[in-house]
Amino acid sequence: MTDVTTNAGTGPRSGIEIRNLYKIFGANPSAYVEKVQAGMGKEELNDKHNHVLGLQDINLDLPPGKISVIMGLSGSGKSTLIRHINGLIMPTSGQILYNGRDVVKMNEEELREFRRHETAMVFQKFALLPHRTVLENTCYGLDIQGVPRSKSEPVAKKWIDRVGLAGYEDYYPNQLSGGMQQRVGLARALANDADILLMDEAFSALDPLIRMDMQKVLLDLQAELQKTIIFITHDLDEALRLGDKIAILRDGALNQVGTGQEIVLRPANEYIAEFVREVNRGRVIRAETIAMPLPEGELPKMKVKASSVLEKIARRMADAEVRAATVVDKANKPIGVLDMPTILTAMVTPASVEEGDDAVEDNAA
Amino acid sequence: MASSCWGLPEILCEFPSLPNKTLRHMRMGIDDGFRGIVRAYSDQIDAATRPLQWFLNMLEHAFVDTPWFIIFGLILVVVWFASRSAKIVIGSAIGLAMIGVFGLWEDTMTTLAMVTVATMIAIILGLPIGILMARSDRMQKILTPVLDVMQTMPSFVYLIPVVVIFGIGKVPGVIAVVIYAIPPMIRLTNLGIRLVDKEVIEAADAFGANPRQKLWGVQLPLSLPTIMAGVNQTIMMALAMVVVASMVGVGGLGKNVLQAINNQFFTIGFLNGFALVAIAIIFDRASQAFGKRLQKHSEAGHD
Repeated sequence: MTDVTTNAGTGPRSGIEIRNLYKIFGANPSAYVEKVQAGMGKEELNDKHNHVLGLQDINLDLPPGKISVIMGLSGSGKSTLIRHINGLIMPTSGQILYNGRDVVKMNEEELREFRRHETAMVFQKFALLPHRTVLENTCYGLDIQGVPRSKSEPVAKKWIDRVGLAGYEDYYPNQLSGGMQQRVGLARALANDADILLMDEAFSALDPLIRMDMQKVLLDLQAELQKTIIFITHDLDEALRLGDKIAILRDGALNQVGTGQEIVLRPANEYIAEFVREVNRGRVIRAETIAMPLPEGELPKMKVKASSVLEKIARRMADAEVRAATVVDKANKPIGVLDMPTILTAMVTPASVEEGDDAVEDNAA
Repeated sequence: MASSCWGLPEILCEFPSLPNKTLRHMRMGIDDGFRGIVRAYSDQIDAATRPLQWFLNMLEHAFVDTPWFIIFGLILVVVWFASRSAKIVIGSAIGLAMIGVFGLWEDTMTTLAMVTVATMIAIILGLPIGILMARSDRMQKILTPVLDVMQTMPSFVYLIPVVVIFGIGKVPGVIAVVIYAIPPMIRLTNLGIRLVDKEVIEAADAFGANPRQKLWGVQLPLSLPTIMAGVNQTIMMALAMVVVASMVGVGGLGKNVLQAINNQFFTIGFLNGFALVAIAIIFDRASQAFGKRLQKHSEAGHD
């Protein structure tokens, strides 16, 4: 893992720092932490001592105002990890720091206050209260905080409108489709006005088209709200679409942490390489990543943004029937050039592990 | 005896039991000790049951002394508000009319008063016990065998200590009925709360609900259908128990049935039996319809 450097105190807002987190399930988990830290493997712990290693040595910074995606297949420990952030599951050892406070050390009352005011959660199977209407469900977090309905209902209405459910306030959850129910789940979480938004496979139970729709809703909201979002998914496409930062979890250990591009271009190991093989690279890789140095003499006339993805650039170049383009930064200053063969090569070549950056170390071994 | 036992020695032939003398001493010791304790505390026991006695008498007088048409109307109004179903109200009216026509109105009112009190006590005690049981696995482990005993022990058997402690009359009758009728209330409250969707409970936790908010805001509302089934079962069992309770001096329909059994009065037996059935059906349909109405959110399901 490359980026475990502390970034606390660099800005007014705090992200979440997960430090040396271990979670062992079983009758007497704390007895085995040291052995696991000393190198006992998952298999040995399970076979000889009948304990399950849920998470091992997780060190992760979740930056404020960004969407951090934790990706992994079922059994990788991702749902366990997200539940540590609001203390629904307590670690066997380790720290979870937010605003200089350790969630692990909070007592029950502090934890309740933390959950009420700093976090909100969206669930895979929605977990709406079936006996409450859409409006009442959206008010739920504020009800728990003790906010009177006269104040909470306008807030709830605003968020119901914002997620596109205006007019459904008095419906009961099971009168709505899955996609609509999850909009209620999202409205309920947003009404809490918490800084941290935890989304546990929030869109996994939805049909593909509705899932895309919800991803767009989330991205639009995030552009405006800039919450610290932790999003869990087993779907790499979803991770790449949403994640400012992606952490890949396997068997309870972090395998790679980085941006979508870094993961697609330099998978840390064979396991991740396998994952990214099927990814539409044209939608992930950006111009700046593969731009060639500025040549002597005249630059190509077409200008493309450094942050544009290759698919878009290729389409523009094909439409304009040009073979090369100049990559410019935000200030419109040329920083490099691109030609069609380079773009095509980057879009089709599967990345191989051997090319991987030295800084990305293989953690799976 | 030994001859019918393939010539085996006696210890293999008859199950070796404690000597008769020992058993007799044991029985007498326990019985006398129990009676002694009851006698020593009889004043306290009387004082403790006096509010119950008073409440029972008051309710019985209220039911019996109020002119029949008022009670008749009142029951129909309650049934209407519980069920909102004209069919159930009309059925109840016919049932009550038949009871009156066959001269059983007053006895029915006595029975109704007792069943009402017994059911109320069973709910008031059963609900919190069921909640406790749902909250703690240890509590469930302790209470489950107790409930098993309460439900399988022949009801006549626990009438004995009840009579020893409380004597003959309405109070011991009600206590016996409550013992018999409370297990489904406890069991179904426990079951209902335990069956509440784990994800919804987790959501409540994630939003920072405290145990009280979780209980009243999530667990009880979501287990209400199951709890209502428990109330329904409790009423049914209370009605079934009134005949047995009449053996310790509870009046009403049960007493008539008991007399009919003793004198082989076929018609009286059946008429009173049918009166009980009529009340049972009225209560059952009304409480079930009420339980269903509480779940209006689950109607018109999407899938």
